[in-house]
Amino acid sequence: MIIETKALRKTFRSRRGTVEAVRGVDLAVPEGQVFGFLGPNGAGKTTTLRMLSTLLSPDGGEATVVGVDLRRNPGEVRRRIGYVGQNGGTWREATAREELVMQARLYGSAKAEAGRRAAESITAFQLDAFADRKTTTYSGGQKRRLDIALGLVHGPRLVFLDEPTTGLDPQSRSHVWDEVRRLRGEGMTVFLTTHYLDEADALCDKIAIMDDGQIVAEGTSDELKRQVAGDVITLGFGPDGAETVGTARKLVADADYVRKSEEAGTELRLYVEAGATAMPMILRELDGAGVTVESIELHRPSLDDVFLHQTGRSLRDDAA
Amino acid sequence: MGKFLRDTWLVFQRSMLLTLRNPTWVVVGLAQPLYYLLLFAPLLKKVRAPGMAGGDAAFAFFIPGLLAQLALFGTLFVGFGLIGELRDGVIERMRVTPVSRFALLLGRALRDVVTLVAQAVVLVVISVPFGLKVHFLPLLLVLALMVLLAVMGASVSYAAALILKSEDALAPLANGIAMPILLLSGVFLPMAAAPGWLQAVSRINPLRYGVDAARDLFAGRVSTAAVYEALVILMALTVAAVIWAARRFARSVA
Repeated sequence: MIIETKALRKTFRSRRGTVEAVRGVDLAVPEGQVFGFLGPNGAGKTTTLRMLSTLLSPDGGEATVVGVDLRRNPGEVRRRIGYVGQNGGTWREATAREELVMQARLYGSAKAEAGRRAAESITAFQLDAFADRKTTTYSGGQKRRLDIALGLVHGPRLVFLDEPTTGLDPQSRSHVWDEVRRLRGEGMTVFLTTHYLDEADALCDKIAIMDDGQIVAEGTSDELKRQVAGDVITLGFGPDGAETVGTARKLVADADYVRKSEEAGTELRLYVEAGATAMPMILRELDGAGVTVESIELHRPSLDDVFLHQTGRSLRDDAA
Repeated sequence: MGKFLRDTWLVFQRSMLLTLRNPTWVVVGLAQPLYYLLLFAPLLKKVRAPGMAGGDAAFAFFIPGLLAQLALFGTLFVGFGLIGELRDGVIERMRVTPVSRFALLLGRALRDVVTLVAQAVVLVVISVPFGLKVHFLPLLLVLALMVLLAVMGASVSYAAALILKSEDALAPLANGIAMPILLLSGVFLPMAAAPGWLQAVSRINPLRYGVDAARDLFAGRVSTAAVYEALVILMALTVAAVIWAARRFARSVA
């Protein structure tokens, strides 16, 4: 495991009272994966990320990051990780090349080596066209690419990306996704936070859903969807199927692979654990009883369904 | 220690580069004292007050005041740049690197020192044709005082910036304290001419010691009580300010 935490917590105290931002997070992130933290604003994602990247010191719990005890030796953790903050972190008067060279030198590279690393990053992240212009002239997508390049200039095995695509146009967004996939392909571990469902779905090998300072669900995108809602199979019985629905329901509702059933007009909705295995069994059962099915449809629940189920709230309301 | 010095040098290099790229403020900062030098200092040749000689000696009296003004306005506002860097995430980005936290502060303060000393040298050089007499050792000591004032003022400004985190809060604060500090250091007229209560108040103003010492130095007196007093007091305050600011630095940017 490249990241392991036990009961990690952080409480903020201010004049207005105390906020338990992170209330006991247990994590195990395997190396070489894209691990996503999904949750609405204020869920504690960023606070957890900032603790793991040494920007905040935890109030309780333990964490090991790239083999180093986070609380005992944050300096060594810093050497081994990359971090790209929400605001990026480039100065408007500097050029991409200057920032990359400086960043490499801050990580201890000598001047010549820093120049070489900067040149490599410029090629890898396709910054060539604007590398020697001031960052103030960059588009949102160009700046984001530079931000990510800066977080990786020292060649860490693990990089933290805090909401890497927030505020980007769709094209830049997919460009960032490509970069993340490329990094994963090179064997890096990417730990990112997002409040976009499609982003977590598309990019992450494993997702932890966070709400109110705690992890409420964890697994692969498919596991999460299955674990919470299973698959949804909708059977249609045609315009005159009102009676058939009831008959069909009696036949299959009690089968051990059906969790829940629901009648909606001439349609029967079945919540099953795994749609692909349940579907043929349902059809065999109905066919054997002489019930004619007019249409059949298999839905996979979305991560939003998962979030809704776990927290009672829709993620979309918060993310807007 | 080697790493600390290297880190400080890196942060200094970067800050200096960015200052040189946009040197407007360095020039603007020098403009105000220059106006005073050209348009106000000649009036002093005929003014008589306790502790103030007329003629060309008026410049030995007045240049320290202008240097104090330069030091004050040149350093109290450096926090603005830091707030900009905080907002853009530059500080956060640097804090995740293994760079020394002290270096993040001292590298920037060192840039402010270099800027201020350069401005001071320009001001002194321009004053020479007006009748200012400059000797090597006293000038060196004056510049040493400027270094202390620069580190102190910049540290205070950075610490205030980290606490307030907003230009809108820092601007009135810096403006609000700059003027009384300036007037209470006897920049335009000697504090010796002030009534007792005003003299007493001016004693708590660190800049006053710098101005008094610089006046002795420009008058060619090196080993005076005012010079020793200024060096000791400013050194102590500078160390305190640096410790304060460095602590804020390590703690802030939550």
